[in-house]
Amino acid sequence: MKHEILAPLAGKIMQLNIETGGKVEEDEEAIIIEAMKMETPIYSPCNGTVKEIKVKEGDTVEEDDVLAIVEE
Amino acid sequence: MANLLSLFKTSGIFHLTPGMVIMWLISLTLIYLAISKQYEPLLLLPIGFGILVVNLPLADLMKPHEGLIWRFYHYGVQWEVIPPLIFLGIGALTDFGPLLARPGLIFLGAGAQAGVYVTFFAANAMGFSVNESATIGIIGGADGPTTIFLAAKLAPHMLGSCAVAAYSYMALVPIIQPPIMRLLTTREERVIRMKKLRKVGRLEKLLFPIISTIVIILLVPAAAPLMAMFMLGNLFREAKVVERLTNVAQNELLNIVTIFLGISVGATMNADNFLQAKIIFIFCLGLFAFCVSTAAGVLLAKLMNLFLKDKINPLLGAAGVSAVPMAARVVHKVGAQEDKKNYLLMYAMGPNVAGVIGTVIAAGIFSTILK
Repeated sequence: MKHEILAPLAGKIMQLNIETGGKVEEDEEAIIIEAMKMETPIYSPCNGTVKEIKVKEGDTVEEDDVLAIVEE
Repeated sequence: MANLLSLFKTSGIFHLTPGMVIMWLISLTLIYLAISKQYEPLLLLPIGFGILVVNLPLADLMKPHEGLIWRFYHYGVQWEVIPPLIFLGIGALTDFGPLLARPGLIFLGAGAQAGVYVTFFAANAMGFSVNESATIGIIGGADGPTTIFLAAKLAPHMLGSCAVAAYSYMALVPIIQPPIMRLLTTREERVIRMKKLRKVGRLEKLLFPIISTIVIILLVPAAAPLMAMFMLGNLFREAKVVERLTNVAQNELLNIVTIFLGISVGATMNADNFLQAKIIFIFCLGLFAFCVSTAAGVLLAKLMNLFLKDKINPLLGAAGVSAVPMAARVVHKVGAQEDKKNYLLMYAMGPNVAGVIGTVIAAGIFSTILK
């Protein structure tokens, strides 16, 4: 089953800790986003494989943008 | 030999007092905190240096009509030019979106001003004059430029110490606020997730600075210098047609006036003026004001929850003080300690920016009443 990693708040992508095809664990800090000069980790919703990453470091994202897709 | 002695007497060393040396130590402490701990370095560094140079004998940098820094202070601070310019920059940096998405949270920004008023009465009861008490109370809003603005009007002799207290407590927000927030909330309350904020349209964002300028200045005319510039900066930002002006307001202009503000504030702190027993009370009362404001914000949020269908996380109340965005960040972090997938940052920005407006209004009320 596919799950989306959504941006919980608007900000700038600081760091991607995942790569396409790589494994990711639930509650792992998958992506770090910067908002209000604070780095906030975004967690994977499940254990699985990263199918697709839709952003790159430095991108500006809005709330609820799909950042990546993880297959359980 | 006599010539040598008279030469020595014209040097500063001969005129050095122990008080000045104590002020050097205070100056070096602030410079150390700014550089090493990065506590509000943009302000504490020039303030610290200002303290140092004004406590060098015979330098006369603050001599009325002659001294270099006196001119910065007189035309910048006493003429009330710099704090409104800082507000122009803050306005250009502020996104009122989170507040407009849930306007009810404006009450938290108002509630967190309780510390300002409580401390006003407490300071007055302790023997400070009404003007001094208002200046000390406003520290509870945790807003540097507003504190300086009000101090210059009401109690210029206390400007330096109140400004340093305000900026110190702003830097210490992450240390002072969390224990109070945890003490006044249960775990169940801290893990409350907020209902999604609605999208705020462009027209709303454009109308907000215009309408709030009209309403607030009609109600509290004395808040006009700060409020007008704050909202002009915000209008620049939201208009999206004057990007050059927005950029200069939030970057170059803000940085330039910060230099003059910092060194001027530091230079008001000479040994005679600063080294008094009163200073300790100012710092203690300022801290008290700030703690009361934090607590009042949290308690008000809990009170609002009694009537609200969509409960708000009471931690948001602590963001009602106007230290932007530090207080909002603290709310987010304390919330994330209980539930790491609870993202409170943007929700906390609502009461946080409302807090700025609240503190400016409080300053306006004080300067109207105490004229």
